Amino acid sequence: MTEPVVLVGDLVKRYGEVEAVRGISFEVQPGETFGFLGPNGAGKSTTIKILCTLAEPTKGAARVAGFDVVKQRDMVRRNIGLVFQDTTLDNYLTGEQNLRFHADLYGVPRAQLQPRMRQVLDMVGLWDRRQAEVATYSGGMKRRLEIARGLLHAPRVLFLDEPTVGLDPQTRSSIWEYINDLKQREDITIFLTTHYMDEAENCDRIGIIDHGKIVAIDTPENLKASVGTDRVQISTANDEAAIKEIKDSFGLDAAIHEGMVTFNVEEGEHFVPRLFAELSQQIRSVSVARPSLDDVFMSYTGKTIRDAEATVGDRNRAHMMAFRRGR
Amino acid sequence: MAIEVSSPDAAQVTEAIRVSVPEAGLRQDLRAVNIVWRRELIRFRNDRLRMVTSLVQPILFLFVLGTGLGSLAGHGLPHGIDFKTFIYPGVLAMSVLFTAIFAAASIVWDREFGFLREMLVAPVSRSALVIGKCLGGATVATFQGLVILALAGVAHVPYDLGLFLTVIGELLLLSFTLTAFGVMMAGRIKQMQAFMALTQMLVMPLFFLSGALYPLNGLPAWLTVLTRLDPLTYIVSPMRHAVFSHLNIPPQALHQIAPGVTWNGWEVPVGLSLGMVALMGAVLLGIAIVEFRRTE
Repeated sequence: MTEPVVLVGDLVKRYGEVEAVRGISFEVQPGETFGFLGPNGAGKSTTIKILCTLAEPTKGAARVAGFDVVKQRDMVRRNIGLVFQDTTLDNYLTGEQNLRFHADLYGVPRAQLQPRMRQVLDMVGLWDRRQAEVATYSGGMKRRLEIARGLLHAPRVLFLDEPTVGLDPQTRSSIWEYINDLKQREDITIFLTTHYMDEAENCDRIGIIDHGKIVAIDTPENLKASVGTDRVQISTANDEAAIKEIKDSFGLDAAIHEGMVTFNVEEGEHFVPRLFAELSQQIRSVSVARPSLDDVFMSYTGKTIRDAEATVGDRNRAHMMAFRRGR
Repeated sequence: MAIEVSSPDAAQVTEAIRVSVPEAGLRQDLRAVNIVWRRELIRFRNDRLRMVTSLVQPILFLFVLGTGLGSLAGHGLPHGIDFKTFIYPGVLAMSVLFTAIFAAASIVWDREFGFLREMLVAPVSRSALVIGKCLGGATVATFQGLVILALAGVAHVPYDLGLFLTVIGELLLLSFTLTAFGVMMAGRIKQMQAFMALTQMLVMPLFFLSGALYPLNGLPAWLTVLTRLDPLTYIVSPMRHAVFSHLNIPPQALHQIAPGVTWNGWEVPVGLSLGMVALMGAVLLGIAIVEFRRTE
């Protein structure tokens, strides 16, 4: 077993009276793409801030690339690359000047700088635009430049905090193409946070985080399997009668969703043949869906991620106020 | 792109440009100081508007105030000395005042636009970042001073190399201290509006109490005390001393218009005066570094 590249033990972060992170532990293996999935304000960004040495834990410990995030800050900093959800570029400098600034701060040897700069800029398709001021870049280009910059000093771990938030769907998917391409090319561990279910699917493993706690941690497949039930949707000649019959013969609660009779059942594909054999109503169409990460989130937290965002909004405001007072 | 990814030697290309980041140390920190400093220069060079606007005020003071008040205030000056000449050292100080504070304000901008984070997560000492910023502010502000220095002839001040070097050194010292002060404030004040309001509130009194526009002798007691408490006094006075000693003024007249700072009758030597400003700059710099070491 190799040493984990991120190791977090019983981490707590308190801002005043608000506990943003409430005792989380997990490991990330080298080469893994690990994602934190949770609503805004669940504690994802706070955890990343601690791992990146920008905040100190109230309790607990964390090691990144083998170094303690409190006692060996500079060693941690040297081994990580960061892309924050808000841009951290200098708009008045060109793309290339932004990278050079970064290279000097991180001590990238001058002889390696030019080829490495070309490599990372090629990777995100910005080599031709390197002489333009960043102010002229689109939102997607800025994010790509930040990814290139985060990689410039060849970090062992790349942290992506909500890497596609605020981007349109097309740009989001292109950012993901770059990230997946990057995994092919570089020997790197990726740690990301997201509140988009479809993005979490790109991860090797996901930690579901809610109210500052990890409620589940596993591969997307295992998480979905753990939900247990598949969603079956049928349309029949008489839906009302079908719902009653499903309840009477199989003991399942069905309801009409999206114009179809919908219910959850274990091993849906095995159930469907029985349904055809035993249901007296004629079935016109059928679909069986594996649980999505939405269902996973729902089953672990009792709410959808969008519901969670709505309530977390209030918590966040309280958090921000406590944060200001604490300063 | 896609072709390159699937080509068999793509991996080798990646291997070839393996980056090895060296151990942290003095060389690393110096490289960081250098790039933070250079960024200030690049941004200043790109910002022509700022260059022009920060020169408006000192030029107004020199030409408009200097000429307009000249006929009135001129009577108090020894024969043959223009009021413009008298306020020239003060106007020099003023020319760097606003630019230096504005350079420090850029840290607040950097925070608002996120760029400060890029610096704070870098594996370099916080002192390298703060020193680089202060040197950048000092350089940029001294550039502004050079423009006013080029106008020396207008104020009947001779173009003398020795004088210019002395004044440039003093301008550097002043602007470094001012930037350190601004950076220290920027460590505490996170909002641009609050920062600007506070510095505006501080800068004008500092300027008016420094004796930049009037001699330090024969003042009422309360004003005498206030001028001696103003740190700017201790740099304006040596600058006036430097400028006036290069003019042909009889010693007695010189003493009347450029009396130097006195503490209860004892004249503070120029060296001590400058030393105090330097010490203050160092202390402010130290506080700024401590502030930037703090994390959440």
